Amino acid sequence: MVTDWRPTATLEILRERARLLAEVRAFFAARGMLEVETPVLGHGGSTDRHLASLNAEATTPAGRERLWLQTSPEFAMKRLLAAGSGPIYQLARCFRDGEVGRRHNLEFTMLEWYRPGFSLDELIEETVALVRRVLGRELGDEAGPLRRRRYRELFREHLAIDPFSIELAECRRLAAERGGLSMSGASRDDCLDLLLSLAIEPHLGRGGIDVVVDYPASQAALARRHRDPEDGEWVASRFELYLDGLELANGYDELTDAEEQATRFDEDNIARRAAGLPEVDVDVRLLAALAHGMPEGSGVALGIDRLIQLALGKSSVAEVMAFATPRC
Amino acid sequence: MANYSTNEFKGGLKVMLDGDPCAIVENEFVKPGKGQAFNRVKLRNLITGRVWERTFKSGESLEGADVMDLDMEYLYSDGEMWHFMKTDGSFEQYAVEKKALGDTVKWLKEQVAYTVTLWNDNAISVTPPNFIELEVVETDPGLKGDTAQGGSKPATLSSGAVVRVPLFINQGEVLKVDTRSGDYVSRA
Repeated sequence: MVTDWRPTATLEILRERARLLAEVRAFFAARGMLEVETPVLGHGGSTDRHLASLNAEATTPAGRERLWLQTSPEFAMKRLLAAGSGPIYQLARCFRDGEVGRRHNLEFTMLEWYRPGFSLDELIEETVALVRRVLGRELGDEAGPLRRRRYRELFREHLAIDPFSIELAECRRLAAERGGLSMSGASRDDCLDLLLSLAIEPHLGRGGIDVVVDYPASQAALARRHRDPEDGEWVASRFELYLDGLELANGYDELTDAEEQATRFDEDNIARRAAGLPEVDVDVRLLAALAHGMPEGSGVALGIDRLIQLALGKSSVAEVMAFATPRC
Repeated sequence: MANYSTNEFKGGLKVMLDGDPCAIVENEFVKPGKGQAFNRVKLRNLITGRVWERTFKSGESLEGADVMDLDMEYLYSDGEMWHFMKTDGSFEQYAVEKKALGDTVKWLKEQVAYTVTLWNDNAISVTPPNFIELEVVETDPGLKGDTAQGGSKPATLSSGAVVRVPLFINQGEVLKVDTRSGDYVSRA
């Protein structure tokens, strides 16, 4: 008989978790935002090359279909925005194949919200307020000062390179050296990702909240791109928020152009084919919703398990989940 | 041997890296915001004992290493090799080189069981039991009545190890010693 039937979190922690989730809901209720629930299963999935989706076979009125377990509730929530929902938030269960570790769990809870009419800066401010609210009840105002860090500035500071202009060969050499692995054939973004994870992330969010902005345009995902006012370089209009070396949130000035979105989906699937990865069905209803018109604005996804982990002083997400993946 | 993918890397798993057998010490899944997933892995090289830190792309795999830990009793040394015998009743013997024996050479005592690590049926390391009882063969004379004070002195044990012992210990006494720290524990 198996012996590991017990929860990975203590009952005390689960009570604390419930209380913090109530805080989150109170935060958004006070701001007049609508809580929504969208399907976990969808006809389209995330095409992002770095996310592995799970799928499920289901019998529907259309017959036997392959449905995708969402990696984030983004597409369905954007369809609500296009339908005129106004500002919405969701505590959504998400699934990402292969992602299990101290900071990851195969299924996890994403706090995602959208703010029509908000600039990225306004959303950063709101995200920081939410983070402080969840941490605050436990820790006082220990989240410390907010620092805004440019992607390029971080690479200059920690690695003495310019991530935008460094030669690809040099970038591969540096990534290989830092990681102790071969990076031959790796893309610039893959090399930069590795360097960010190994050499920069561990230093972020120490003694305060770091918000990283102005990512390379090639890492825009579902964000708009804009020209850096300083040097004219194209950058992605997105941010990531770090605390205690943990990436907590990822926010976008949302792409609303249906054609551009369709192109990025296609490019993703082409890149998937080239990398020998399975293609993912595109969410055609999202594209139709964007074509109909989605209000401009910003949206953010925040890993609520990680935030709760930090708020409760734990060292892994498993300790704040009833049954983490190995025991699911 | 089977291949193991990064998601199967667990503490203690034995794999081949750069031609040497290694044991996984720690495996951390690392994934930047929207980027490629990596595994940051600490491995102990079973031949040198050194710990390596390596990064793998998630999903990469390593060949398993044919490594086994077996209990064996120490028999004798012929000056070049050290001979051990399996304790499973097979009386099968293994000769161990000095290099593989390493620091364990100073904790050897006949008829005591050690953990011998075999790679492709060759001994690559020998781990002593955590505690072992050994006789003092040389130390300064014991100081009578000095059992309470904290002072210590060196003592050479029958295996060749030199440990710090309390002042009241005499030559010929048998002591219990912690082989991991080399510390005196008590009189046996």
